[in-house]
Amino acid sequence: MLSTGSGNTIIKSKLISRRMFLLSVGKAAVLIGILGRLISLQINESSKYKTLSDKNRFREWKLAPERGIIKDYFNEEIASNKQVYQIHLIPENARSIEEIFFRLKTILNISDKKIFSLRKKIAKQKPWEPIIVSDNLNWSEFSRINLFLHELQGVEPIVSVARMYKDNSSAHALGYVSQVSAKDLKNKKYLKTMSVPGMAVGKTGLERRLDEEIIGEVGFQRYEVNAFGKRIKQIKVDPGKAGKSFKTTLDLEVQRHVTEILGDKAASVCVMDIYNGDIVSLVSSPSYDPNAFVHGVDRDYWNSLIQNDRKPLTNKAVSGLYPPGSTIKTLVALSALENKIIRPLDTVRCKGKIELFGEKFHCWKKKGHGVMNMRTGIKRSCDVYFYEVARRLGVDRLSVTAKKFGLGKKVLQNFSEERSGVVPNTSWKKKYIGQNWYLGETLHSGIGQGYFQSTPIQLCLMTAQIANGGFEIKPRILFDKTKNNLKEYLKFKNENPGRPLPADLVVSNFDLKPLFKNQENIKIIKDAMYASSNEPGGTSYRSRLEDKRFTFAGKTGSSQIRKFTEEQREAEVKQEQLKYKNRDHALFIAYAPVNDPKYAISVVVEHGGTGSSAAAPIAKKVIKKVLERHSLRQSINNLSGDSI
Amino acid sequence: MFQPRSIQSSLSFKDKLFSIDYVLVVSILILGIVSMFAMYSTDGGEFKYHTESHILRFFVFFFMFFILSFIQIRFWHTTSYLIYIAFLILLIGVKYFGLTSSGSQRWLNFYFMNLQPSELMKIGVILFLAKYYHRIPIESVNRLKFLFTPIFVLIFPVLLVVMQPDLGTAILIASGGLVVAWLAGVRVKFFVYSMLIFTALLPIAISLLKPYQKARILTFLNPEKDPLGAGYQIIQSKIAIGSGGLFGKGFLNGSQSYLDYLPEKHTDFIFTLFSEEFGFFGSIFILLLYGLIISRIVKIGNMTRSNFGKLYCYSFATAFFIYVVVNMGMVLGLLPIVGSPLPIMSYGGSSMMAIMLGLGIAMSCKVYKDMPVN
Repeated sequence: MLSTGSGNTIIKSKLISRRMFLLSVGKAAVLIGILGRLISLQINESSKYKTLSDKNRFREWKLAPERGIIKDYFNEEIASNKQVYQIHLIPENARSIEEIFFRLKTILNISDKKIFSLRKKIAKQKPWEPIIVSDNLNWSEFSRINLFLHELQGVEPIVSVARMYKDNSSAHALGYVSQVSAKDLKNKKYLKTMSVPGMAVGKTGLERRLDEEIIGEVGFQRYEVNAFGKRIKQIKVDPGKAGKSFKTTLDLEVQRHVTEILGDKAASVCVMDIYNGDIVSLVSSPSYDPNAFVHGVDRDYWNSLIQNDRKPLTNKAVSGLYPPGSTIKTLVALSALENKIIRPLDTVRCKGKIELFGEKFHCWKKKGHGVMNMRTGIKRSCDVYFYEVARRLGVDRLSVTAKKFGLGKKVLQNFSEERSGVVPNTSWKKKYIGQNWYLGETLHSGIGQGYFQSTPIQLCLMTAQIANGGFEIKPRILFDKTKNNLKEYLKFKNENPGRPLPADLVVSNFDLKPLFKNQENIKIIKDAMYASSNEPGGTSYRSRLEDKRFTFAGKTGSSQIRKFTEEQREAEVKQEQLKYKNRDHALFIAYAPVNDPKYAISVVVEHGGTGSSAAAPIAKKVIKKVLERHSLRQSINNLSGDSI
Repeated sequence: MFQPRSIQSSLSFKDKLFSIDYVLVVSILILGIVSMFAMYSTDGGEFKYHTESHILRFFVFFFMFFILSFIQIRFWHTTSYLIYIAFLILLIGVKYFGLTSSGSQRWLNFYFMNLQPSELMKIGVILFLAKYYHRIPIESVNRLKFLFTPIFVLIFPVLLVVMQPDLGTAILIASGGLVVAWLAGVRVKFFVYSMLIFTALLPIAISLLKPYQKARILTFLNPEKDPLGAGYQIIQSKIAIGSGGLFGKGFLNGSQSYLDYLPEKHTDFIFTLFSEEFGFFGSIFILLLYGLIISRIVKIGNMTRSNFGKLYCYSFATAFFIYVVVNMGMVLGLLPIVGSPLPIMSYGGSSMMAIMLGLGIAMSCKVYKDMPVN
């Protein structure tokens, strides 16, 4: 019994051991599986899981970079930045959006309308993309939010920077910035990598043109957060990189002065250095408040802007198109001289009107000017004289000269809104209107009416190129020291005071292209412009500056909006008696000072009436201001070793 | 023949002390200390409730293990049915007096601790079946009539635990019993038959599962499908382990657990935490420790003369292995999250108590290795 029992025990024991061995083999296999998994997770795919772990741990809030600063010629900041307090919300991190809104409503007084639009925005974007609940809080609101932050999960108080413009004077030249729109994201490639809530992009003017460089690089704040999204600690802050700053050729002081003079007239002023093409002033009025756009424009303000007849949002200096009117007479005369159509002393009798091709062409002076030569024709702006000159010259030769002097093409590259205008000729009309050119249209062109369309900056360039003796210049609004070839010129001036500048020096140092065949012709035009402004009977004689330092030479112009009827002409209807919309545009171009020209100016007052009464007085004030600041401007230029 | 028996029964205390397997004891102690550090880390680097009570429990039950080691193997053999019945009564008691927490009724409230009888039942089943198969002759093992008892002994507690519901523990209890049956020589065909019956009953079983249990199984099959819902635990655990890399993030630097991404880090996911902080080498160290413990128990099984002792030690070692592997497989994303603690490492008194009880019995097999049992 015992032995069998014992035998049984041994057999059993052997069976158990055998089965245990089989189990052990199975165990080893399982162990290898576990080991393999460990190797795969902790060695092979470790980097992937490290990334995932960091993604778990860290939350990043992108920070909008500081926009570069835009300065004027004297390093005065025109567009700078200020600190703003904002509230961002990451919907994904919030326990309940409803609850957050409810709390924020009580803390910040956010309107239901605002919450509605925020909700719409949240629905549109990804849950981890932050939205801006409020972008410009005052300090007390901001500190209140910080106090309640522990119960506002997903809400992020952000101290950010926003654009600030000192005043409205340069609103058009600089443009404005505003929130990124869907269209911006589509059109501007550089924005693709910078999706930061609340980031502003340039919408118009220089802000738009320089956007890619001025916008800077996005920064971030990195926080460690726990599984519930609660912030544990800040790991890293990268403030990003501020955008590049730019220095312009503008003079803020002059900008302000001009803006003040223009008031709420629909007008524009452009002042240019006649040698290097620096735009000293570029003002369009009425102006608007560019600061209003930074955080998204208020609907009422926007409506008031777009409903305003005087179009405050348009940069009239570069995109306003006006018939050049009598200001073109300088070029008509020049073209006639260059083409040897007429001699300066050839005369034409003005009786107030002429009849040609069965049509009546009126002079602005009903009684007529009497016998006119080129100098008196320009001085008194006699239309009949220029009808005759234009008739002999023909529109095609006129258009060649006009284009040479910068009409009909864009002056600056900095403005996407700039327009090129029209310099008509026979082939242009054939191409764009599909009709043959009528001779009568040549006469209209001769006094700058008809198809002629020019921008104020083109007229300014034209004047500058006449004033500098007929050399091509390339206008610029961004300060550029390397291309500033004024040095040699100034050296000569200092060493040989009073001596006229030899043409070869000007040409060689400025790399300029003469626009004339005979420089004497330019002098004749300049002399006539002098007469127009400084001799009795000249159209802008009343606005002259007698101080030798400021004396300017100019040419008035009035561009017709609507043709006068015979009745109106008979009744001698004054411009002031017409409806605002029907009044002529008033133009004035000038250069100063007469004996040593430095600056050219163009003034356009929409529906201002006549150039002599509306535009010339403005030019007078502006010229005085600009010339007063000339020596300062020059000393800054010599001293400024720093370039930005 | 009778000589060894008299020698064995009259072992002096010194003899007993010498015959203890100190490699096993030291391994357990090291594992215990490692678990304390891990627990300290789950508390965020402070001595808080979990750390303190874990340390206390470890030492109390470690002391219990030591005491149990000196109890004669014969005692365990004699009382094994009783122990099983006692545990069964406790398990039934849970159904009527049990505490309910997060949807399942698993605990009995004793004044000093909340006892989870299902954990003890893991040992109870092994003990019962080891004695059962020790007693029946080898020819009877595969007779149908001798199969009924093990089946009932197994099915009764498993059903009770499944109804708690606690699928993980139920599976572990069942696997312990099956291992004993396998070692005792039950034929493969019976395992196959029961497997087939189980598969046939599976649809019914699944329909009886709680929704969260169904979700867990589905999630295991595709964790990325619902990353913030049911798949969250697996994904976060994998991230934690994977991000540990070769050397780990350093003690107290496990960002996943420190920042609460890791669920149940004290209990089921303690290995994840350790693995995150100590990396691949840390994980291997833990595996080696478990390997050492298991191999020592197997070794005791080899040495012990009685089939009861052999059956018990082999089964317990295998069950221990299964506990470890199921837990690791779970946190490594190889198995569904069924909820099973890692022996000794995980926080939890009943689990610790059951493991120490099991180890104590195994150690008594070592101390009384030559004592025959009837």
